[in-house]
Amino acid sequence: MSQPKDHGKPGRPKMAVFKFASCDGCQLSILNLEDDLLALGQALDIAYFPEASSDMREGPYDIALVEGSITTPEDARRILSVRKQAPLLITIGACATAGGIQALRNWGDVEAFKRVVYPSPQYIQSLSTSTPISEHVRVDFELWGCPIDKEQLLRVITDLLAGVQPRLPTHSVCIECKRRGNVCVMVAKGIPCLGPVTRTGCGAICPSMGRDCYGCFGPAEGAHEGPGLPPNTASLAKEFHQGLQLIPIEVLRRFRGINGSVRPFREESQAWEQKDRAG
Amino acid sequence: MATPCDTHVAAVPKTFLQQLIDVLCAKGYRVVGPALRDGAVMWDTIRQVSDLPIGWRDEQEPGRYRLENTGSDQIFGVVHGPQSVKPLAFAPREPLLVIERTKGSFSALPTLPKSEKVAVLGARACDLAGLAIQDHIFLKDAYRDPYYQTRRDGLFLIAVNCTRALATCFCASMDTGPRASAAFDLALTELEEVFLVEAGSAAGQAMMSALSLAPASTARVREAEQQIEACARSQVRRLDRSPLPQALYDAHEHPRWDDVAARCLACGNCTMVCPTCFCHVVEEVPDLTQTRSEHTRLWDSCFTQEHGYIHGKNIRPTIKDRYRMWLTHKLASWIDQFGTSGCVGCGRCITWCPVGIDLTEELPALLKPSSQAKEKPGQA
Repeated sequence: MSQPKDHGKPGRPKMAVFKFASCDGCQLSILNLEDDLLALGQALDIAYFPEASSDMREGPYDIALVEGSITTPEDARRILSVRKQAPLLITIGACATAGGIQALRNWGDVEAFKRVVYPSPQYIQSLSTSTPISEHVRVDFELWGCPIDKEQLLRVITDLLAGVQPRLPTHSVCIECKRRGNVCVMVAKGIPCLGPVTRTGCGAICPSMGRDCYGCFGPAEGAHEGPGLPPNTASLAKEFHQGLQLIPIEVLRRFRGINGSVRPFREESQAWEQKDRAG
Repeated sequence: MATPCDTHVAAVPKTFLQQLIDVLCAKGYRVVGPALRDGAVMWDTIRQVSDLPIGWRDEQEPGRYRLENTGSDQIFGVVHGPQSVKPLAFAPREPLLVIERTKGSFSALPTLPKSEKVAVLGARACDLAGLAIQDHIFLKDAYRDPYYQTRRDGLFLIAVNCTRALATCFCASMDTGPRASAAFDLALTELEEVFLVEAGSAAGQAMMSALSLAPASTARVREAEQQIEACARSQVRRLDRSPLPQALYDAHEHPRWDDVAARCLACGNCTMVCPTCFCHVVEEVPDLTQTRSEHTRLWDSCFTQEHGYIHGKNIRPTIKDRYRMWLTHKLASWIDQFGTSGCVGCGRCITWCPVGIDLTEELPALLKPSSQAKEKPGQA
């Protein structure tokens, strides 16, 4: 990694945190690192993090963390410039990694929304879709979650600092639930839980509180194109419908949430949209 | 091990149980038993008999677990929850080693668990059969696992013989229950008014002598025997092991694997609740300063993508590969590897599968000539 140009101990990699369309929750997860935030500040030179500090230094940087999805023409241009400023680009959270909850617009009519919400919609520059960063530039590593898990973030940064390829588990939430000694909410309470097809990483927070997983860490295993097969959403959806008596639109809504536009969840929700329309 | 007609079987009033808990506590044991939590029973510390799920019973079927309060005074009416004895000996997550970087070198700090005396109150025959298999895996010959051993050595096992079978139980066909036969210290049989108590080890015998318990009448012993036998006869599921292991090896290309793969979520729940599944992964958990790293063992599952990954290739990329690997190991190659079946008939994998896949249904389907299996593709 290149040497930082100013500030801090020499040799500390320079990190920047950028925001696109998002709620800032993932950035807050960084600020919520508590004691680890001090260690992070010592290990890295946090050069650009407007959410945290008005001391904003120019790039290039060694690591760029990107929160948020691309929803405006200006964002679509800005992400190209972010990519040029850092050799390592890591997306943080469901918005940047998968388009986020705002990707629900991909099924809607954005022009109609603008007319309903704004008195002068002609001033609103907005794309008709919300898309993940990876649809615009090459992404080196993706962190899932709404918000991200701070341990996963620390883990990835620790690995990068050590020169190790970061690797996070992609298996189901169920395995973490069982390790933690949670009772399965689906089997014991009949609650339609997305845990069996959702990627681990959150620490099984929701089932630990007796509620269902709603898939905020995205599909388990093969979420995007590339290695890994998509999870068996069809079988789980069928169980929601036949076993737990959800009607098709309820099954659709289970899959069309925070990560609704990621292919395995998107295709499952579309299959149930067709069933819903067929009546 | 005591037999039902043994003169060493004692009959004690129900109040005996509190006395037993108190004696165990006085001897330094933490008593762990089934306790109601989040719609199931889970192992928890028991101080009073009232901490146990008195009057409750469980109904289990594929993909479904429900508790109901019957209003009875039966203490061990719940057969079991998702946990076998496994997590009490094989911890779901534990550091094996802590490595600290020092100047120019490093030191490895041991992380053996603190030995704790734990009395398990209410282990079922299937749980003990599962524990015996895990003992064989973790404590065999020269390759003894000191972490497992430390926990295992601290266990005092109080079995409860089953007098009611769940719809998912098939221990009778696996010869593992409903009477506890694998290593236990004490075994209880709960009758309407009394417990029958028998010892299965020197430690259990010592406990019985210390409590000076009255011998059971022949009639009581017979009553218990009849209830246990009735429990075995009432089991609606069974697994025919006679053609195994070879028949399952021969079924390697059977179309039923595609059928079950279409239902299987590869979520790993079956392997997590299985009393015998022992797969684990070891992770390095370094801290940000790169001076300290925890070498941590976690429960893992052969249903994950990572588990099938070896140097550049995934050897089990599809769910079909993984289910076939799991079932073939559990029911067939386990026999070649360890001399017993890997299944103890507890039925947990049936109940806790979110989509209710039932291995007692899959095995016969897989052993049918494939043309028939094609005609009857199950419930997919």
